[in-house]
Amino acid sequence: MTPLFNLAAKSLWNRRSTAALTAFAIAVSVALLLGVQQVRTEARESFANTISGTDLVVGARSSPLNLLLYAVFRVGDATANVSWDTYQKVAHHRDVAWTIPLSLGDSHRGFRVLGTSANYFEHYRYGHRQPLRFTAGKAFADGKSVVVGAAVARELGYHVGDAIVIAHGVGEVSFAQHDHHPLRLVGILAPTGTPVDRTVHVSLEALDEVHRTPAEEAAAAAGLPMDATPPAITAFLVGMKERSTLFVMQQALNTYRGEAVTAVIPGVALTQLWQLVGVADTALLIVAAFVLVAGLLGMLTALLTSLNERRREMAILRSVGARPGQVFGLLVSEAAFLALLGATAGLALLEGLLALLRPWLEAKYGLVLALGWPAPLEWAMLGGVVVAGGIIGLIPAWRAYRLSLADGLTVRV
Amino acid sequence: MNPPDIAPAIAPATPLATPLAIALEEVQYAWPGQPPVLSISRLQISAGERVFLRGPSGSGKSTLLGLVGGVLLPAGGTVQLFGERIDRMSASARDHFRADHLGFIFQWFNLVPYLSVLDNVLLPTLFSALRKQRAGANPTSEAKRLLAALGLAGEDLLQRPVTALSIGQQQRVAAARALLGRPRLIIADEPTSALDHDARSAFLELLLREAAAAEATLLFVSHDTALAPLFSRTLTLSELNRVTVPAEGLGA
Repeated sequence: MTPLFNLAAKSLWNRRSTAALTAFAIAVSVALLLGVQQVRTEARESFANTISGTDLVVGARSSPLNLLLYAVFRVGDATANVSWDTYQKVAHHRDVAWTIPLSLGDSHRGFRVLGTSANYFEHYRYGHRQPLRFTAGKAFADGKSVVVGAAVARELGYHVGDAIVIAHGVGEVSFAQHDHHPLRLVGILAPTGTPVDRTVHVSLEALDEVHRTPAEEAAAAAGLPMDATPPAITAFLVGMKERSTLFVMQQALNTYRGEAVTAVIPGVALTQLWQLVGVADTALLIVAAFVLVAGLLGMLTALLTSLNERRREMAILRSVGARPGQVFGLLVSEAAFLALLGATAGLALLEGLLALLRPWLEAKYGLVLALGWPAPLEWAMLGGVVVAGGIIGLIPAWRAYRLSLADGLTVRV
Repeated sequence: MNPPDIAPAIAPATPLATPLAIALEEVQYAWPGQPPVLSISRLQISAGERVFLRGPSGSGKSTLLGLVGGVLLPAGGTVQLFGERIDRMSASARDHFRADHLGFIFQWFNLVPYLSVLDNVLLPTLFSALRKQRAGANPTSEAKRLLAALGLAGEDLLQRPVTALSIGQQQRVAAARALLGRPRLIIADEPTSALDHDARSAFLELLLREAAAAEATLLFVSHDTALAPLFSRTLTLSELNRVTVPAEGLGA
């Protein structure tokens, strides 16, 4: 009924400072809930897109998750290597468009060193098939150059042209520093929000050179011809010419007799991995939901507190003919209106914050949060807040209903 | 959605058999779980009468007003208003009846604090289509006319929050609300007890005049017998009520 809505609106306007605070508390909790939900969605998406455009990840025989962890996330170590021979066979297969060799095992001041080829900068994709971009410099062209990820450059304060020493092993402090082979930093990659940001990239040749024994060193110094072919790599990425040949290739690799290797499709394995780590973000969502409950309880408190002062008002409304049901409706619509106000303000608050923080989040964490209209699930959440507000409003409304029946036209306090 | 309204839209001296505005017969009332507080064998007030009801605290005054106002139901007996048995109506029908035919003025705190003077006067039109219709083509100008007749004029005052008014002004706003849309019965419950002597006479004069102009029956409850001569008849509740109520009664 419109007259009642008018009354409810005027009543709220009369208590606008309290009402605004109540709605603000709801708005903050709604913004938190929607924010967590958005970050959750985006985190899941960016996780699933840590690597994209790659059809197969191939490494020594192990579990798909383990392979994914060391080859894509640079976590842990491979149990065995893949022979150069196997790599070459795949690289030259007629159905294969490109391959990227990955050689892990060294570190530089706490960051993983990845030996790879120029193909890496050409074919590696992340997110929505975004290629790697350089904020400074370019890809390496020889065995004496280094390209670092955005986080490496930022945390170590590196610039193009700096000299870098690679250590053997992966610890922060290494005893076997290959300091007789300083490398030159030639490029810094743009932030991706993936493990690429925390990787130091060198060519396979550079890595091989670093690992020479003193005897090989002497031979090289004497100008004797060297076998520049690396003995083995840790893993490699494969891009197929046609996706239709993907499963045939995976099957062929997994049953390859020449060497025990495992080939996984990254999307499938990433989804499996997310099910393991995704528990944390569900917990976050539950916490946000409880904050929302606290906000709505704040509204309940405010409405119940105001009720006693309003018994006189209820009696006046009864005397001009208001039914107890209309008094009930007045209170429920006030609560629902407050919740609606809170939900709307919460959405606006979140969008405003996102608009402010978006560039920073994208630069620092590679999180690309979408602005604009909420997703269907978020609409459902907003609707749920308004409905929950109305339901919570039933409590003071029921009390007002009982009071107005008992009080009639005279308040007996 | 209104209950069938058998009364004519405008009620002059009714041609029907019952010219009574209020008729109570053998009415009993007790608050739940307590001894009876009210027992009236007969109370009759004719349409158009202006009755002074003397009712000191504890005489069962609130109970009587609750019964006539249709918010309380008697334990026994009949309550008729303008020939209709309101004690047999549903709760919602009684609320409609009250909205359509009754105007109330209380001792104090008559006004809804968050509404302007004008919105307070127009409140009955939100709940009664009949009162809205009887307030004329433009209820707002009728409300202004009533306020002006009661000595409250000026746009500035009409938009002022009611909490900024003096008690005397508030009571006059309440009277304007009770009169708007010409309800058939106006019940005033000690409307002057918060006023000083001069304001009391002025208020009463205006109320009587406007009630007569609206052809409304007036039931005026007070303990101040000095006002009684202004009315056509005086009733004493403690004489009507057969229940002897202790001095500090429950239904104040």
